[in-house]
Amino acid sequence: MNKTQLLQGTLDLLVLRILELGPNHGWGISSRLQQISQDGLKTSQGSLYPALHRLEMRGEVKSEMTASENNRRARVYTITRAGRKRLNHETETWEAFALSMRRVLEEGQ
Amino acid sequence: MKALRRIFRRLTSWATSAKDETLLRAEIEAHIAMQTADNLRAGLSPDEARRQALLKFGSIEAIKDTYRDQRGLPFLETLVRDTRDALRGLRRAPAFTTAVILTLALGIGANTAIFAVIDGILIRPLPYPQAEALVSISHAAPGLPGAPDLGCSSSMYFTYRQENRTFEQFGLWSSGGASVTGVAEPEQPRTLFVTHGVLDAVGVKPLLGRWFSQADDTPGSAETVMLTYGYWQRRFGGDTSIVGRTLTIDSRTRTVIGVMPEAFRFQRDPELILPLRFEQNAQFLGGFGYRGLARLKAGLTIEQANADVARMTGLWLKAWPPNPGIDRTVFQNARIGARLQSLKQEIVGDIGTSLWVVMGTLGLVLLIACANVANLLLVRAEARQQELAIRAALGAGRRRIARALLAESLTLGLLGGAAGLGLAYVALRILVAKGPDTLPRLRDIGVDPVVLAFALGVALISGVLFGIIPIVKYAGPRIATALRGVGRTFSDGRERHRARNTLVVVQVALALVLLIGSGLMIRTVQQLRSVQPGFTHPEEIQILHSMVPAAIAGEPERVMRMQHEILDKLATIPGVTSVGFATRAPLESFLGNVGNPVFAEDKTFAEGRIPPIRQIRRIAPGYFPTMGTRVVAGRDFTWTDLYEGRRVAIVSENLAREWWGVPRTALGKRIREAGALDPWREIVGVVEDVYDNGMHVEPPKFAYWPALMDRYIFGGDKGSAVTSGMFAVRSSRTGTEGFLAEAQQAIWSVNGRQPVFLVTTLEALYDQSLARTSFTLVMLTIAAGMGLVLGIVGIYGVIAYVVSQRIREIGIRTALGAQPAGLLRMFVRHGLWLTGIGAALGLVSAAGLTRLMSSVLFGVTALDPVTYTAVSALLIVAGMLASYLPARRAIAVDAVQALRAE
Repeated sequence: MNKTQLLQGTLDLLVLRILELGPNHGWGISSRLQQISQDGLKTSQGSLYPALHRLEMRGEVKSEMTASENNRRARVYTITRAGRKRLNHETETWEAFALSMRRVLEEGQ
Repeated sequence: MKALRRIFRRLTSWATSAKDETLLRAEIEAHIAMQTADNLRAGLSPDEARRQALLKFGSIEAIKDTYRDQRGLPFLETLVRDTRDALRGLRRAPAFTTAVILTLALGIGANTAIFAVIDGILIRPLPYPQAEALVSISHAAPGLPGAPDLGCSSSMYFTYRQENRTFEQFGLWSSGGASVTGVAEPEQPRTLFVTHGVLDAVGVKPLLGRWFSQADDTPGSAETVMLTYGYWQRRFGGDTSIVGRTLTIDSRTRTVIGVMPEAFRFQRDPELILPLRFEQNAQFLGGFGYRGLARLKAGLTIEQANADVARMTGLWLKAWPPNPGIDRTVFQNARIGARLQSLKQEIVGDIGTSLWVVMGTLGLVLLIACANVANLLLVRAEARQQELAIRAALGAGRRRIARALLAESLTLGLLGGAAGLGLAYVALRILVAKGPDTLPRLRDIGVDPVVLAFALGVALISGVLFGIIPIVKYAGPRIATALRGVGRTFSDGRERHRARNTLVVVQVALALVLLIGSGLMIRTVQQLRSVQPGFTHPEEIQILHSMVPAAIAGEPERVMRMQHEILDKLATIPGVTSVGFATRAPLESFLGNVGNPVFAEDKTFAEGRIPPIRQIRRIAPGYFPTMGTRVVAGRDFTWTDLYEGRRVAIVSENLAREWWGVPRTALGKRIREAGALDPWREIVGVVEDVYDNGMHVEPPKFAYWPALMDRYIFGGDKGSAVTSGMFAVRSSRTGTEGFLAEAQQAIWSVNGRQPVFLVTTLEALYDQSLARTSFTLVMLTIAAGMGLVLGIVGIYGVIAYVVSQRIREIGIRTALGAQPAGLLRMFVRHGLWLTGIGAALGLVSAAGLTRLMSSVLFGVTALDPVTYTAVSALLIVAGMLASYLPARRAIAVDAVQALRAE
């Protein structure tokens, strides 16, 4: 796993997590991302879009064009069942991974 | 399922990419607008708000790229893009592109053409339904010394028809001529004689009318004939009312019962098909002049059929009487056994070896062509180093650049392949139109899907082959070096030339192998041409076959007098020096072998054993002087010998030596043919050996009988004359149109109903006997020529390039007082060094590879030192020349100019 792959996986997970709370458009997701990670993930806002696209290709989110606040047309993303499933699965894996990492790190001390 | 859906989505999204892009654009716009609005709320100025929003968003182009990569089929898409780029790049370098495409077109074209020949002859099945079930039946006779492959006898026809357990269809056939009179000039079309069952086995339905039935075979029933498409078109203009009309063939009226379709093929390309009729109660064991053809029952193998035939030969041997005058033990001791082979094997024969040798050499030519192209690509890649470096600096990965380079090579390969296919198509058209008759299945050769696939495959493989070298050398990340450029500070590294030098060495080595191959073929032809064939100046000898009408065939003396009269008429044609008559001319063994055992009075053979088979030829006086065959001892026949029915004979020198040691002692000895029915004949002459089966085969041992005999094993009490024979006319005017017409006229002036056929010259027969060797020679010489030229171009290119790269260095050297001769030597030495290594490698490879062609060689070994030395010398001289010419540029360099120039 190289750096970008790791990042991609994490980003996917975060996006799915945000969408689990409710449908949102790109900018909305990126604002939430910033809040959650407290600027910890130093990526440009733009890099969110390939991730959204990737998720859509995998059928984990779906999108439709709607009129958003102040009547601007925006693309709104919704999490799908497949997306939820992956989120649950990945969260478990991630937690297991994080747990084992912590164990390794702590025991290593 | 999921994976499938994903691929489907990728495919559709690839197709709708333009729409996607606008959507993405709109989405990004919306995002930035929202961010700007947010920034405005935070109190930034409108301009600053948008600027910050854009900044925060990051590179839009990079996103689009990632987007594109995820979407659709990135491989296919980049392939299309790379190909488009490659084509654009190639258009910008027309000289380079033309050179490469031409080189490849030659290499791929030659290989495709020869593959099409191999495909048509060796690979594709015969043009019959379920052709693999067709077998040809012949017999081996290990007990008969000197006996070639025995065909089938007419008695076998009856036994095999009744007793076989493995044939679905079975019949006998033979080919020859039949005279057709009454239509226009009398003529002798190539005729196929078949029993019932042959056409059924072949399985090609007639275009009009019907096949022969059992009834057509039965003696006494109505006489019938079938036409083939070509003859029907030529003689009757494709008239469909032909079925039911009558033709006069061999002086008998025959009803046309059918016409075969255009696609019908058979050996020797017949024009007429006549039924073979055998009288069942008048058959003997012997007389193996027919060929057997059978269609095996479904699922049976040749081995099973062989066993079946072996069983039936046992039955046959008991069921039929031996020929009069021959003891049954002779047949038993001959140990006649079954020898079945697939029909295709019989038709194709041993041409395969020559074809594969040619294919191999053309493959080498293609390799040389690829090496040359790789060299050109290296030069091009070197020139493009900066471009590639810039691409790499802009973020193109090693793989991305490799892919672009490969796309360019593959595009070149495909373009070259397309051009090559065009060349191959033209070459094949010429070959089919003018090809040698000795090439079987000529009309089956053409471009079909298999050949297309081959051309495509070769084009792609070549593309990869010559594309891989520049990739290995230049796709690597050496940005810094490359960007620094080919400037003044850049010195010429030894390593930079290594790839190119290696390629040239490989080229030279391959060219040497080809040259040695063609050198060996030249030596072979030299050896064959230096064989004393037993005749002289074949170009002066006109040959015309003719056949006396059946009406007088029963009166031997009348036949002979008529032929004598024709000879006299021929002799009066201006320019004719001598004339002769015989059953056939030398080198006409393709008409079938005439051989029989010959007994000598003073040699005894064990009971039931028969002496070896000898060639039999019946001749009239004047045949030997006309052919230029020397009489070694004794004399030629005289007309008195013939008309008085003297029992005389002439033998060939090798036969005389075998039996009596010295030719002279053969005179006065008595010999006879086959059995007790033939009277003893006294040897009155011994003649020089004639290479009757080709220059590469030992001359057969001959017994010559007079054309007219008072008694013979064949023919009744009235004696025997030659009804179908060959007139030979020696004249300096041979080969001219007028001469041939006069000769034909001379025959028709004696008998207007006598067909003249198989008109040729002895030289044509001689050339034809060398045709296969000449074919291999010509192909190999072309290949070697191409190899040599490409190799020289390779050396020239490298030296020229090295000189151009070292112009500055040369300038410095000259300025420091280097002598022009020394500079010249330096570059020529480089060229010779490459040639020398290549030649050494080539010699080693040739020693291994030429062994594969030893079966097409004659009179030289595959390691012939003369060829090896001569060819190496030639190559070294060529290499020296190829490096001298560009090296001359080096000494012409003006030191000041060179130092200033960049």
